[in-house]
Amino acid sequence: MLLEASLLTFGFRTDKPLLKELSLTLHKGQWLGLSGDSGAGKSTLGKLLAGQLRPWSGHITVDGIPLLPSGLGPVQWLPQAPELAVNPRWRVGKILNEAWSPPEALLQAFGIQPGWLKRFPQSLSGGELHRVCVLRALAPGVRYLIADEISTMLDPITQVELWTALQTYAESRQIGVLVISHDTALVERLCPQRYHLTHGQLVTNLTAATLETPHTNTNAQRNTQQ
Amino acid sequence: MRPTQPHLYTLGYILLSGSLLALLISSHWWLGTTPAHMQFDARLIPPGGNHWLGTDALGRELWARTLAGLRISFWVGLSAALLGTTIALSLAALSTLSRQMDALVSLLIDTLLSVPHLILLLLIAFALGGGTQAVIIAVALTHWPSLARVLRAELLTLRHAPYIRISRSLGKSRGFILFHHLLPHVLPHCLVGALLLFPHAILHEAALTFLGVGLDPSQPAIGVLLAEAMRYITAGYWWLGVFPGLGLLMMVLCIDRLAFHLRRAL
Repeated sequence: MLLEASLLTFGFRTDKPLLKELSLTLHKGQWLGLSGDSGAGKSTLGKLLAGQLRPWSGHITVDGIPLLPSGLGPVQWLPQAPELAVNPRWRVGKILNEAWSPPEALLQAFGIQPGWLKRFPQSLSGGELHRVCVLRALAPGVRYLIADEISTMLDPITQVELWTALQTYAESRQIGVLVISHDTALVERLCPQRYHLTHGQLVTNLTAATLETPHTNTNAQRNTQQ
Repeated sequence: MRPTQPHLYTLGYILLSGSLLALLISSHWWLGTTPAHMQFDARLIPPGGNHWLGTDALGRELWARTLAGLRISFWVGLSAALLGTTIALSLAALSTLSRQMDALVSLLIDTLLSVPHLILLLLIAFALGGGTQAVIIAVALTHWPSLARVLRAELLTLRHAPYIRISRSLGKSRGFILFHHLLPHVLPHCLVGALLLFPHAILHEAALTFLGVGLDPSQPAIGVLLAEAMRYITAGYWWLGVFPGLGLLMMVLCIDRLAFHLRRAL
């Protein structure tokens, strides 16, 4: 059981690929960290893995089967801005039930209060809306999550609550999670294995020291790895 | 207090326009046969105590004929606006299905926008043999492209919104996304578009009727009244053209302002 991306090349300008022949494997139940400079292509890689963008070349498979354009995707993408991930004209209850009806116990585990369900998303805070988006994405059949900076805008307590709930549930269903974040401490705490994305390539087996200054010293990191 | 002001204006316009339109629509019952009732001893009487807005060459009360004309114009305008909006919305929705369909819809919009619509309007009304239905169809067929262009742009932008992409990855079909996400989002645009098309359609109905390819001359439509007035206006019978024209202007302004405030509120 694995999500496999092989030799992915993609860019928004035809003369300048953002990701160059990049390969990545995410196993069932594995937590993988991904950091990188702003604009390095972390979110783009996340969207490619979730099938929301099509690579120029290379392929993405789940258990050897390419991602299908229709039906429930086995890989779900959780964006940084939850307010963009929900229909502003739908009530929270309808948003939550878009793909499946989560049981009451799961609503409690994710700290979703019954009173929220009749409200519109604009009336919820970022943290509250993130919990709704995470739970919506955990429909039966989903095997991998791409958590794209989902806790960046949250206070530390809410971050811990959200990640704890997600860890517990993902572990029980053996869901693989790719954690995209600038927060190196968070990535270190959650993910035994981490990648750093720079110059369209992944740098592997990062230590805490090399992760500390990803914004300013990417070339040095690459040299360290070499 | 400040943020609620536009809504208060809108509410005021809705109430005012609603009252005037209710009066107009119900005029069918309380006017009876008055618009067609001829008084040969009271021909071409100027506005005054017994005849509020004067009478025409056959002694018919001009106030009754103006109200009846506005009522016909209202229904023609409403039908044309609804039909035009439906065409615009359907084609905009079709353009989201595939690139080929979008190219076809864009070509259709550009083609129709490149032809002077008054000429097209006359040709279609003439080809359909005139009458109420011909006017409605002609106005609707020539006035959907502007609204369709706006709706298409809105839908195409929205199609790439993160929540639409997520909905698709959650296994929702194109039909579900179209009817549950996309179309409800553009319904306010449609409402405003229809209201803006409404006065336009009324003016074109009057113009087509005036030019002889519109409504039947036996109907007291505003265009018919204005065409009749043309024969007498140089002889000093000014009220025959002024009051129907003013009535039409008031109704058009009323709906136009209503659309303006609704667009701001939505």
